[in-house]
Amino acid sequence: MLTVPVETQILFAGIIFFLGLIGLLVRRNMIFMLMSIEIMFNSAGLVFIIAGTHWKQPDGQVMFIFILAVTAVEVSIALALILQVYHHFKTLDADAINNLKDTN
Amino acid sequence: MNVFFYIAAVVAIISTIMAISGRNAIHSLLYLILSLLAISVIFYLLSAPFIAALEVIIYAGAIMVLFIFVTMMLNIGLERETEKKWLKPCMWIVPSLLAAVLLVNLILALKNVKSIQPDEEAILPKQVGISLFSTYLLGVEIAAILLMAGVIGAYHLGSQKKKVKHRFLEIN
Repeated sequence: MLTVPVETQILFAGIIFFLGLIGLLVRRNMIFMLMSIEIMFNSAGLVFIIAGTHWKQPDGQVMFIFILAVTAVEVSIALALILQVYHHFKTLDADAINNLKDTN
Repeated sequence: MNVFFYIAAVVAIISTIMAISGRNAIHSLLYLILSLLAISVIFYLLSAPFIAALEVIIYAGAIMVLFIFVTMMLNIGLERETEKKWLKPCMWIVPSLLAAVLLVNLILALKNVKSIQPDEEAILPKQVGISLFSTYLLGVEIAAILLMAGVIGAYHLGSQKKKVKHRFLEIN
């Protein structure tokens, strides 16, 4: 049985979450921004698993399965959007697509 | 038992840092896969073996492969001249070391296999399935609707049939 205190486990999940948040704020490449969102989803799921193990309930794992479904949908839609953006603008820079109307 | 948790946590944190700070998208994605594998080790240690398998199969297996396909389709950072640079030790030594740490973790876990077996208090997939299809049945149906919307949306956004654009939509 794992005897690491639950505070340490939550701290680990928090570190992973903040690494994802830093990546989302710092990087401008949309592939990297999407990867950072994935990291944050994953750490949120990790907190659910930690809590479900702590109280010995299956609800945490059920919530992780829901997060998995949401992540799959989000990734497929976001990657299709990234492909469209790349075909229109020939770049993946998130700052280059801040116009609703084409200016060039 | 606790040392496995700390080793996997350190591997996950280092590979996540490398993933968000990399220059090459493919290298970052491989670091991210390594991070997901380390987190699946942690799921196993947290007596959730079913979720650990799902993490490997769906996250590292399906979603990250989707990322890699799209990154390869967009042809990001794939200059032929840099191919020789990839074979330098500074490119592959860090991910190899991190993966080797996970391998050593696995070997040590297999050595004292009695202590790492899921205990009787582990939440088994049977409980998860019963809870999923009784208490959370409405959530399953909502997730099914969401997946259907995702399929239709991805098909609609990914289609490139329209060769003729309206003149207001054309670049140039």
